[in-house]
Amino acid sequence: MVGGALGKVYSDREIIIKQGETGDSMYVVQGGRVEVLQDSVKAGEQHLAFLDAGDFFGEMSVFEKEVRSATVRAAGEARVLKIDKKALLTRIREDPLLAVNLLKTMSHRIRKLNEEISRHKKTQL
Amino acid sequence: MSPLTQKSVADSFSDFVESEEKDFTLRDGSRIAVVGGGPAGSFFTYFLLKMAQAIDLDIEVDIFEPRSFKYCGPAGCNHCGGIVSESLVQTLAAEGIVLPRSVVQRGVESYVVHMDVGDVAIESPVHERRIAALYRGNGPREGCDVELESFDNYLQEMVKGLGANIVPQLITGVENHDDRPFLKYGDGKGERYDLVAMAAGVNSNLINMLGELPGDYEPPKTTRGYICEFRSTKEEIMRILGRAVHVFLLDIPRFEFAAIIPKGQFVTVVMVGEDLDQELVHTFLNDPVVRRTFPTGATPCVCSCSPLINLGARKRPYGDRVVMIGDSGITRLYKDGIGAAFRTGKAAATSAIFHGVSAKDFEKHYWPTCRNIVNDNRVGKVMFATNAIMKNSRITRKAMLRMAQKEQQKDQARPHMSTLLWNMFTGSAPYVEMFRGTLHPGFIYNLMLSLGAALVPGKKAVQPRKKVA
Repeated sequence: MVGGALGKVYSDREIIIKQGETGDSMYVVQGGRVEVLQDSVKAGEQHLAFLDAGDFFGEMSVFEKEVRSATVRAAGEARVLKIDKKALLTRIREDPLLAVNLLKTMSHRIRKLNEEISRHKKTQL
Repeated sequence: MSPLTQKSVADSFSDFVESEEKDFTLRDGSRIAVVGGGPAGSFFTYFLLKMAQAIDLDIEVDIFEPRSFKYCGPAGCNHCGGIVSESLVQTLAAEGIVLPRSVVQRGVESYVVHMDVGDVAIESPVHERRIAALYRGNGPREGCDVELESFDNYLQEMVKGLGANIVPQLITGVENHDDRPFLKYGDGKGERYDLVAMAAGVNSNLINMLGELPGDYEPPKTTRGYICEFRSTKEEIMRILGRAVHVFLLDIPRFEFAAIIPKGQFVTVVMVGEDLDQELVHTFLNDPVVRRTFPTGATPCVCSCSPLINLGARKRPYGDRVVMIGDSGITRLYKDGIGAAFRTGKAAATSAIFHGVSAKDFEKHYWPTCRNIVNDNRVGKVMFATNAIMKNSRITRKAMLRMAQKEQQKDQARPHMSTLLWNMFTGSAPYVEMFRGTLHPGFIYNLMLSLGAALVPGKKAVQPRKKVA
């Protein structure tokens, strides 16, 4: 049985959020593992990352009104908790430090992305 | 930018003079004592150490907790119904704190409201398990054979991992030694600290000993609650109660609120009210509406207690180098005590790390969080008083039931009564928000329609869409 007791259980390969769709919530993995995928015309479906318990995804839609930039699906059985945009932003307004944990993860992801870009540029040269 | 007034200049000057006289900031090597190792103490420590780490501040935190939450029964219990609200579950997740399966005895996905006129199951608005039913200690007496992890112990282990020291020492008093709080131990010895956070709750004797410190430490108003545990098999409890918390709106004199919470092989019965006694508990447990929700063959009262519940705020839950958090200071009326422990713990830690530990610092940066809770509780009192009037009339009970059942049948965009009952019982929203909901024209219109229908003799209640549990 998948770890964690809260949120919703998704079966193997079940899609949690889909690239291109609009969203108004972020998600936190409570148990099991999820896979982040991105689809592009040139490269087709590409694996971006695996996320485990405590990791979150879908946070971009909380801060900007854009469509989902990637698809996230369960990799095996996974338990995922949904966090409503309104509830989260209300809490951040009351307690701005709540955003620090999100910023830390987002900053870490930007750093990784920068590394990827520089690696990609080097291979092109 | 705020306008420059004579008062603001005077305040700034007095702040400057005071800060020149005494240094109330935490520095490298500062020692902080947390009295009480429950959620308030652990959340305060968690944020204090995390924020200190973020600004490279090297502080030492000692948590004084004589009990071990690894014991089952009263020895390791913290006398609480054990519900982590929907809003707190989401906040914890956003903070990166995931509650493991071993701690959560049951993920709750609905609340069932029971009345003599019928029942209604109110589903979670997002159809997922967002409320955690758990044990603060290691489960009830006579339940030591059941494998479970205490919530309080889980939080304590988390802060131990961040570097906090857990001291299994009983604190017998707090004194003022050379402008620093001095904690007295049971063996007559003691130590001085740069800051003491009182998180011992209202059930500790320590709360009455703070009078020895300079300042106005009036204890909060309290009442007694009643908590008792029943035991049955996991399967039977799941069959009868499902993944729902069961709450009761009954016309019993002096009865205010009660809930039955399923937790694995146990069922926790919680009663709160300002006029609770053994007779009222007996009347409630023997009410036919309550009897039919009980698992058959349950072993009654394997563990019971009558803890004090914080009913009113301290006038001043802080002083120079002393701050009261959670139940010791201010909490939410009847609901979401763990959520209030989280909010007050984090606000006190933020004030201590980024602003200082003087009474003035806490007044400016900690008190606003407490004041929000105090103001919200005032609205809460009005809401509970209105609820008491509504539940005492059969017609209004029928109207509430009819309105909620209709909303649960259709997937309405704004299920007014269901949202109100959900928030009222789960403690997920501030009382102010619930009150605003009752002023919505849609709520008033539908309530009037339901009242009209309830007045028509012979008109049957709407049949529930699905089985109660």
